[in-house]
Amino acid sequence: MSLPLLFYIAALIAVGSAVLVVLNKNVVYSALLLVLCFFSLAIIYLLLEAYFLAVLEVFIYAGAIMVLFLFVIMLLNLGREKALEHFKYLQRGLSIFLVVLFFLGVFLLLLNDSSALHQPEGGFSAGGVYSLGEALFTKYLLPFEVASLLLLVALIGTVYLAKRKI
Amino acid sequence: MAIITKSYEPTFWDRLYFPALIKGLMVTLRYFFKRKVTIQYPDEKYVPPDGYRGLHRLNKYPDGRIRCVACEMCSAACPADCIYIVPGPAPWEGGKERYPVKFDIDLLKCIFCGFCEMACPEEAIELTEIYDFSAYSREDLLIDREGLLEVYELTKNQNYYSRTDKSKKPAT
Amino acid sequence: MDFLGFIIILVKVLVVFAATMLTVLILIYAERRVSAFMQGRLGPNRVGPKGILQPIADGIKFLMKEEFIPAGVDKPIFILAPAILLIPALMTFAVIPFGSSITILGREIALQVADVNVGILYILALTSIGVYGIVLAGWSSNSKYSLLGGLRSSAQLISYELAMGLAVVSIILLSGSLKLNDIIADQQGYFLSWNVFKQPLAFVIFLVAVYAETNRLPFDLSEAEQELVGGYHTEYSSMKFAMFFMAEYANMITAAALTVTLFFGGWDFPLINETMLGNWGTALSVLAFILKMGFFLFLFIWVRWTFPRFRYDQLMKLGWKVMLPTALFNIFVTAGYLTIKSVV
Repeated sequence: MSLPLLFYIAALIAVGSAVLVVLNKNVVYSALLLVLCFFSLAIIYLLLEAYFLAVLEVFIYAGAIMVLFLFVIMLLNLGREKALEHFKYLQRGLSIFLVVLFFLGVFLLLLNDSSALHQPEGGFSAGGVYSLGEALFTKYLLPFEVASLLLLVALIGTVYLAKRKI
Repeated sequence: MAIITKSYEPTFWDRLYFPALIKGLMVTLRYFFKRKVTIQYPDEKYVPPDGYRGLHRLNKYPDGRIRCVACEMCSAACPADCIYIVPGPAPWEGGKERYPVKFDIDLLKCIFCGFCEMACPEEAIELTEIYDFSAYSREDLLIDREGLLEVYELTKNQNYYSRTDKSKKPAT
Repeated sequence: MDFLGFIIILVKVLVVFAATMLTVLILIYAERRVSAFMQGRLGPNRVGPKGILQPIADGIKFLMKEEFIPAGVDKPIFILAPAILLIPALMTFAVIPFGSSITILGREIALQVADVNVGILYILALTSIGVYGIVLAGWSSNSKYSLLGGLRSSAQLISYELAMGLAVVSIILLSGSLKLNDIIADQQGYFLSWNVFKQPLAFVIFLVAVYAETNRLPFDLSEAEQELVGGYHTEYSSMKFAMFFMAEYANMITAAALTVTLFFGGWDFPLINETMLGNWGTALSVLAFILKMGFFLFLFIWVRWTFPRFRYDQLMKLGWKVMLPTALFNIFVTAGYLTIKSVV
């Protein structure tokens, strides 16, 4: 009974904060609103009974990645947006184009086959630790390993950039 | 000849650090159970050792005459110039002919060096063990002859801080 | 959920919250007393018998102080930051079981607010949220000391979170579950089955990381008085400062409870089977939990007055070059052992 209501509240907060992230002029506030967005996403995961994913959302995105973002923002002490003065029009045009494309896609999907957006039938268990682990290490083993390789490359790149003399 | 001393090379056991950490913890734990050194001042008072140089007093003979003859040796010896003496003829028959009419000590000027006590030929001025004489005004810290004699009464028989009658305070 | 169940949960939440707050008060008192004792002093002993009302006097003092917001601060964030720090600190205790189950009127009630099946991750996630409070407090204060404190602290927390998480992973490998109840059940019985004896290396790493996570000495770089005035809470006064204070102690309580749960069998009383003794066994288990936790809280204070503070580069070196590889090595060994065991 109350679950759909919770979903709508969480979804509203998620969308609202996401919009505000873009519209806000203050970078720190944008970062914080993004954290709020992650939290509402975590609530939606919880409503889907994907506890593991919900906690990971908070742990990794809100807890680790956004802290690093904030960290960098503070270290650079970015005040108002100045860096991207030249690209402003390009950026706006591109983002409007992409948003239109996305909604067009969703719209077409709804028109053609409205069942595609529905929940899968039967028990939904993608959020469990076991099912997730099993899927990662059997069906999606290659993408998993590729991702880890990508991270390793990024890591080495960072070390190289930060430390010129090795 | 230069002597090369090799600094201590830490062994693996040292590099683990944990034995040293535990040793350190044991030290603090020992202090945790040790007797505490705090003196809870207004309740318990620190009793100074003999020879402590605190508040002054003017000594009396057993019959009540003031020992001081107002020779002004003390005020001459005083490096801080804090003793003011007005001499006068002694009111009593026999004994010394001079006595101090006024004997004021400015305790704010005094540096408690004890030179007055050493200079005194009559052993009349002495420093006592009293250390907690504070007041709210400068005037209150000017101690006069009567005050100094009162201090003598308080301290002549026993240590000021180990006396049984705690109610009396020196009039400063 | 029926009405009675709702009431039970409400009572549990209240009890846990009250107990945490009470422990915070006790800790404030204990910190001052124990530190005094270790320095040969007496500490506060005037307010109430033996000074036990001192924390209340402190609290009243905090309440009466002027609420001051300096000019130039980012006001909304400045006000929000202490709350962001304190709330996760208080929330973490929800998943920690503080005793076996109690039976009242034929109803079995587990002594735990929420039995989340990803309990450990929940705690790790919330502690990582607490970083925001510190970073934002440092940033919004518009003061160089606060900013430095906030930056130091966030870097420190992120670095040590890794080592702590990896130490926990080896425990998860052993018990095969993220649920704190399962981890405790795994350590039941003989006290040699506690995880400290199975995973001494993980325990050491976890303990050190926990001190860094709670910003306690020897890792209290973020508030190093001698260098940073007060660190991230330099500009705070009155109740907001008290909230930072409470958050630190609440974090200590959670850390101690977590250490006990993960490595010392939780509420397991050594050599006694609590579940056989009914409600008396439950009381015994709660007592065991409190005693173990008390020891670790004492250890927090004990360590604070024993070890000097690390230098920042030493801290980072320890975190990344010593703790992280050791934790990885430990996971490797544990996983290898488990694999061999499952094959043989």
